[in-house]
This record gives sequence, C-alpha cells and structure tokens, in this order.
Amino acid sequence: MLGAVFTSRAAVQAGEWDFSGSIAGELRVFPNAPAFDEQDDTRLSPSIAVEPEVVFEWNGGGDRITFVPFGRLDAHDDNRSHVDLRELNWLHVADDWDSVVGVDKVFWGVTESRHLVDIINQDDAVEDVDGEDKLGQPMINLNLFRDWGTVSGFILPGFRERPFRSNDARLRGALPVDDDNASYESSAEEYHVDFALRWAHTFDDLDVGVAHFHGTSREPRLLPRVNNDGRVVLVPRYDQIDQTSLDAQLTKDAWLWKLEAITRSGQGDRFFATVAGFEYTIFGILDSNADLGLLAEYLYDGRDEDDAPAVITDDDLFLGARATLNDEQDTTFLIGGIVDREDQSTSFSIEAERRLGEFWKMELEGRIFVNVDKDDLILNGIRDDDVITLRLTRFF
Amino acid sequence: MTFYKKHHTRAHSGLATLIVTALAVTGALATPAALAESPEEKGLAIAVEADKRDLGWVDSEAELKMILTNRNGETSTRELRIKTLEVQDPDVGDKSLTIFDHPRDIEGTAFLSHTKITEPDDQWLYLPALKRVKRISSANKSGPFVGSEFAYEDLISQEVAKYTYKWLRDEACGDLQCFVIERFPVYENSGYTKQVVWIDQEEYRAMKIDFYDRKDSLLKTLVNADYKEYLDQYWRAHTLQMDNHQTGKSTTLTFEEYQFKIGSNEGDFTSNRLKRAR
Repeated sequence: MLGAVFTSRAAVQAGEWDFSGSIAGELRVFPNAPAFDEQDDTRLSPSIAVEPEVVFEWNGGGDRITFVPFGRLDAHDDNRSHVDLRELNWLHVADDWDSVVGVDKVFWGVTESRHLVDIINQDDAVEDVDGEDKLGQPMINLNLFRDWGTVSGFILPGFRERPFRSNDARLRGALPVDDDNASYESSAEEYHVDFALRWAHTFDDLDVGVAHFHGTSREPRLLPRVNNDGRVVLVPRYDQIDQTSLDAQLTKDAWLWKLEAITRSGQGDRFFATVAGFEYTIFGILDSNADLGLLAEYLYDGRDEDDAPAVITDDDLFLGARATLNDEQDTTFLIGGIVDREDQSTSFSIEAERRLGEFWKMELEGRIFVNVDKDDLILNGIRDDDVITLRLTRFF
Repeated sequence: MTFYKKHHTRAHSGLATLIVTALAVTGALATPAALAESPEEKGLAIAVEADKRDLGWVDSEAELKMILTNRNGETSTRELRIKTLEVQDPDVGDKSLTIFDHPRDIEGTAFLSHTKITEPDDQWLYLPALKRVKRISSANKSGPFVGSEFAYEDLISQEVAKYTYKWLRDEACGDLQCFVIERFPVYENSGYTKQVVWIDQEEYRAMKIDFYDRKDSLLKTLVNADYKEYLDQYWRAHTLQMDNHQTGKSTTLTFEEYQFKIGSNEGDFTSNRLKRAR
C-alpha cells in the first residue's frame, strides 16, 4: 500500500486519494455521586467517536483537499453527542508561501499545562477538560516563508460557540449553561470577521512566535441570569478582544525552557497572563531504553474575574512527569498536577497509552480534583466529577 | 583532531580544501595502503575516501519498511519515508525529513532533523492529532528509533568528523576484500565507545558494523546488503539487518528504490513547513 501511494506520489498527474481515520470506544467511570441535584448519578458512561480523514492531492502535492468530519455518540450527555467539521480545506503550497482556504485547525504554543496563546480554534469543551480538542474554524490563511521568519495571516469569517455539557451531565459545573441564549458584544454576533497575524522564527536554539488576534473571544464570560422557569442559569457572553502573544522555547541539550505570555484588552482592564517553565528529560533511565521527563510550569493570570471569563490558573504551579518507554508499543505515561498557590485546590491528570498490535491503541486517562476551595468558580462545580476514561481506538 | 573539526570534510562546496586537507594528513588519497602511515592515519584516509565518493548527490527520497522482531520471534512493522537534503554549507550536516505511514496511530507524524557535525542536532516533531510542531531535545542519540534496534545515531548521516579512526587490518568479507577500521564517536551523548566497520576496498561501502556499548562489550551488529548503484556513483544498501546480541532482538530495515535529485529545496526542511509534510 505504501508502495502504491509512493509511486503515484512520484508520478503525480491525475491526483491521488488517501483514506484513513479512527473509531474509538470510550468508557468514562465516575467513582463519586454528583454534587448537584439536577445531575444524573451516572457512574459508567460509554460513548463512541468516529473521525475519518479523506485527502485528495494533486499537482504533485502542490494542492490538497482535506476533509475530516468528527462525530461522537454519548450514552448520557446529549450535548456531548455531537458532530463537527474538524477540517474541510484546500491547501495550496508554493515555493515560498502557502495558503489554506476552508475549515482548519491551527495550534500555537509550547507549554504543557495550559495552551495560553493558542487562540484560532474554539475548544470542543464537551470532549475533555484539557483544552486540546478543538472545533474546526473557517479561515483564509496565508503563510509567507522568508529568511527572517514565517508570517501567517488569518481572516476568520464565522465564529464557533463553545459547546457546554447538558444540565443533567457529569462535569457540567455548579450551574447549568444556557447556550441557546449566548450574547455578543459585536452586533455582527457570530458573523463577526476576526483577524490574526503571527510571525515565527528559529534562531539556533530558540524558537519564537509573536502573534496578535483581533476579534471574538473564544472564552465566553458566563453570566448568571434567571430564566423563564425561575432557575438561575449561566448565559455565555462573547466579547470583542485584542490579544497579543509571545511564545518561545529554548532547547539546550536535555532542557526545554518554555514561555507563553499574553496581554489582552476588551474584558475589563487590560490584563497579562503567562505560563513559564521547563521540561528536563533523563534519557535511558536506569540503563533502560526508557526516558523520564520532568516538567514544571508556573501559571499566572492577572484577569479580573468580574469582567473577564473565569480561569483556574490565576497563580498556580504545575508539576508533572512523563515516562516514555521507547518500546515497540510506544508506551507512555504522563502524570501531573496543577496546584493553586493560594487555596491549594488541585487538579490531577494521569494519561497512559500503548499500541496494541498494528491498528489499535489503548488509553487510560484520569482527572481527579482534590482539596477544592469553595470559592473556586470552576473546580468547585466539578469537585465530585473525578473521571477515569478508558479508550480503545481502531485506526484504519 | 581539532584540525578536522575546523576543516571537517563535509566540505561539499570546498572539495579542493577537502582533498588538500586529506592529503596533508594522509598522503596519497587514492592508495591509502601504499605509504607508510600510522593505523590512525590510514583509518582516517579510508573514511575520507568513503565520504568523498558520496558527495554531490544533492537530495534523495526513499521509502522503507522496518520489521522489529523480539526475543520470542514476534514482529511488528513500521513504514516510513525519508527525504534527505545534502547541505552545501561545510559547517553543518545534512537535513532530513521522516514521515511515518504505519502503524496507523502514528500516521502523518513527521520528524525533521538538521544534523550538525559535533554540536547537538536541531530536531522538530510534528504531531498531527494536535497539529502541533514541537522542538525536541536531540540529546538522546543512543535511544531506540521508533522502538527498533536502530538508534537515532545509527541512521543519521555519518560525517567524517563525527569520529576518530584506526585501521585494524585487511580481510576478506564475503566475495570482497575489506578494510577493517575502528571508529570512536567524538560527538556528545553517543551510546557507543567504538564501532568496528568493514569497508569494501572496491567501492568503499560499509558492509558490516559491530557496535560496542558504553561498557565496551559487543552490543549490536549491522549487516548492510543488497547494494545498488545510483547515478553511476552512489551506492545504497537496501537491506539493513541489525541484531542486538544482548537482548536477542533484531530489526530488518528494507529500502525501496531511492530517488535522487528530486528538486527538494531548503524550504521543504524548515520547522514552519513541517505541518504540511505528507
């Protein structure tokens, strides 16, 4: 099969198709009873997710259309049962520039505990609590490759609202979110056209990116309101913001020094936030093939939570360890905890994965919340929703 | 060897410098055995000649399959493509881009390496699930490459200045006559104290390499077979068999047909383009 792909790649005239993707069965285990009456006491929650990928490439690889739909069917959370267009775009590659037109996913940043500067795509927040699942974003993106760096311009027509969990679902938070009544600062609402510009460059050991975003905040404020049934609900409010960001990584032998920083205006006073730290890897630990990475990051966020969306990482410390066995099954473990320096509210995360045979992968994830302070706006709402996820994925 | 670090021999654009340098150290290049020279000088001369014969291929692309076999005979496979750009700047090594096709869970993962001579390489990894390009540490040269018996340092371009050399003897190797030389890594973080290399006297191809671990005991043996000549000059092995004597594991690496001078440019080997690699 590889041979066929390669041969046609070499003799590209007519173009070539490539089909791949994955289907994943998932079981979420909630060991504790939920904290709020409206939440169903779900302890075992299965779901299934499908993510095919279709690629058509022509013009010697100079043009490519990528189509990646995604769908999940969840046994209990109606909002987590959802479909999304992760990608549907046309990529054109030239000698010193390329362009993307359509729906795509773009990642910026270097740190592990929080993806602070990553702003192009909306979080697919019903998928997981780690901020790594994203909704597809419509865009026109042009990238210019120059000796002095890469400049990327983005025109982002059309905004994706953040999905929230159902009222009766686990991990929904202290108050239900009424996402049918989201409001916007811009009169254009979800049709506001956003812009972003980024410059990225490598100077020897240093990789740097500087970016500016102008448009609709991906993070909504959640405003309490009494609805028609006389219940207090949270209504998302999407403000117009300007955010300037810096991300940098210095790579020195086994040390990776990482920095992300933003300054944002448009949600109360201009504020500053940063994540800074390191990853140090001990290679071949105890004379084995395994590597052990040690991670530490400090997180600061100076936002005023009366005017800006709440975050848990206002003054927090992240410590973590990553074990990579370097075996045939690519077995890895990642454990970490984010501790609030003021009230010691802590969220732990455990991730383990291993390939089974040639086409399967097994993953185990745990999110555990301990010592949660009653005043922590986010963690207090999910304090009894510790969750262990077992996932079996078939790749094709 | 400080002399060689300064005027190391990957001087593609400065081939004249290279030959002068080599001559200054070794005497007549073409017949290294002819003159009275020390085993170190002779070993170096052989490496320089092998390197010289492999200059000027510009760029190449090859697809390959790895079969990993454990002690119980169970196998797993890897399929990948490697594009390599021969770099003209004498102060840096080649650039390579590796794209994984199989197993499917790592399909689309891409690995970019800018090889240096004795400094740490620059390396980036593209993770397609997150669309994230990650600069990674290159300090783990001796770790297994995708779980195989090949270490990263076994697969990257073998620049002359990465080792010091010593000629041991000449002996038959199969139907051919071979030089047998020792080479000692001078770059940081190598997993080896030394390698013993069998190089055929006709075409200066590495036929076999014994790898000695940090305790100086025999760790692995690599046998290169199925050599084919490209562009009437460049020899490439198509079957590489690596046996680990200490674990009983082995890896067979099979290359499909190489392509040379495919028109790659520097831009194809930059981190900001890594996410476009396919």
